[in-house]
Amino acid sequence: MIRLLRALGRLTVDGVWQVGFATRFLFVMLRHSGPSFARFSLTIRELYFSGVLSLVIIVVSGAFVGMVLGLQGYDTLQRFGSESALGSIVALSLLRELGPVVAALLFASRAGSAVTAEIGLMKATEQLTAMDMMAVNPIARVVAPRFWGGVLSMPLLAAIFSTVGVIGGWFIGVVVIGVDNGTFWSQMANSVDFREDVMNGVVKSFVFGWAVSLIAVFQGYDCTPTAEGVSRAITKTVVYSSLTVLALDFILTSFMYIGK
Amino acid sequence: MNRAMLDLWVGAFVALGFAALMFLAMQVADVSSEGTRGATITLYARFDDIGGLKVKAPVKSAGVVVGRVTAIRFDPNVYQAEVEMRVSAAYPFPKDTIAAILTSGLLGEQYIGLAAGADVEMLEDGDRIQMTQSALVLEKLIGQFLFNQAADGGGK
Repeated sequence: MIRLLRALGRLTVDGVWQVGFATRFLFVMLRHSGPSFARFSLTIRELYFSGVLSLVIIVVSGAFVGMVLGLQGYDTLQRFGSESALGSIVALSLLRELGPVVAALLFASRAGSAVTAEIGLMKATEQLTAMDMMAVNPIARVVAPRFWGGVLSMPLLAAIFSTVGVIGGWFIGVVVIGVDNGTFWSQMANSVDFREDVMNGVVKSFVFGWAVSLIAVFQGYDCTPTAEGVSRAITKTVVYSSLTVLALDFILTSFMYIGK
Repeated sequence: MNRAMLDLWVGAFVALGFAALMFLAMQVADVSSEGTRGATITLYARFDDIGGLKVKAPVKSAGVVVGRVTAIRFDPNVYQAEVEMRVSAAYPFPKDTIAAILTSGLLGEQYIGLAAGADVEMLEDGDRIQMTQSALVLEKLIGQFLFNQAADGGGK
């Protein structure tokens, strides 16, 4: 009994301690973010690794998600004789939810895990300590550029995801099934609002970019410097950032669309 | 990977991202046709019942979109709904124009239809459309139908 309580207590204390450490880590990183913008080539490298290299998976999954939405949306809508609303369904579900959320999940598993692995291995092979010895701040040199690379590429990836998805839905709806092209686009344009839907999606993906990148760099920096520790940190990155993205999405949605 | 290639790829990625945003703004949300292009005038109209009319519903004349509904208020002095709409200044309407709330299709969205009158004076910014026709509410229609049936049956 006592042991059970003790385990619970340790779990709580560890959890709170981690959250506090992550917050302090965030502020330290923000304070040392100067070099990642002054020497922008550092960030450009990270944009390449987390942004450009994620393009393939983002484009392919965006196309398939859009095509599935086209098929399923048509199947449901034609029961009510309102196939013409297919455009709005595809565009709204992509812009509001699927674009930011699925792109963030893919981003966490494609780019976030890579960042964690890289920083974790640098720590395990004592490269970070070596940098410290040479009076190079590893947070400014290694961690902050990776964080900002993630934050900057996430909204762009989500926008690309939504666009490819809309085109995928259009392909299935208009080209394959034969919904009228004009109706498809005009219904879409009628029901989608720029500020309400497009900008809110961008805000969402920006927030997700912060969350996923912070978790990725923190788990890498915080990991136990062994092979096992690095692999556990990568798993944690993917699990934690997926859960965080889904929870944040619920909170953001309830503020953006329901709370008025 | 040398520096120039890296820059090129990242540049292409960022350009692609912004192109996607532009596509979403232009083609999907269609910012340019939001409401109407160019100068607009604000008109008001009071309705007994607006049915399911919503803000941003189109204002059409002869089926062509000429404006948008910008606000809907309840006026407690006359117990009517006051609808504010922006109509393109390029299409002047006579003073005796009739505004009616219509439905596109059987279950489609509701919009305001403007039927031009014959007055020589035109509606100006801030004017109120005097003649209005409320939305058809299905329950009322059915109620009326049943009432008429009953009246007919009683006469026999």
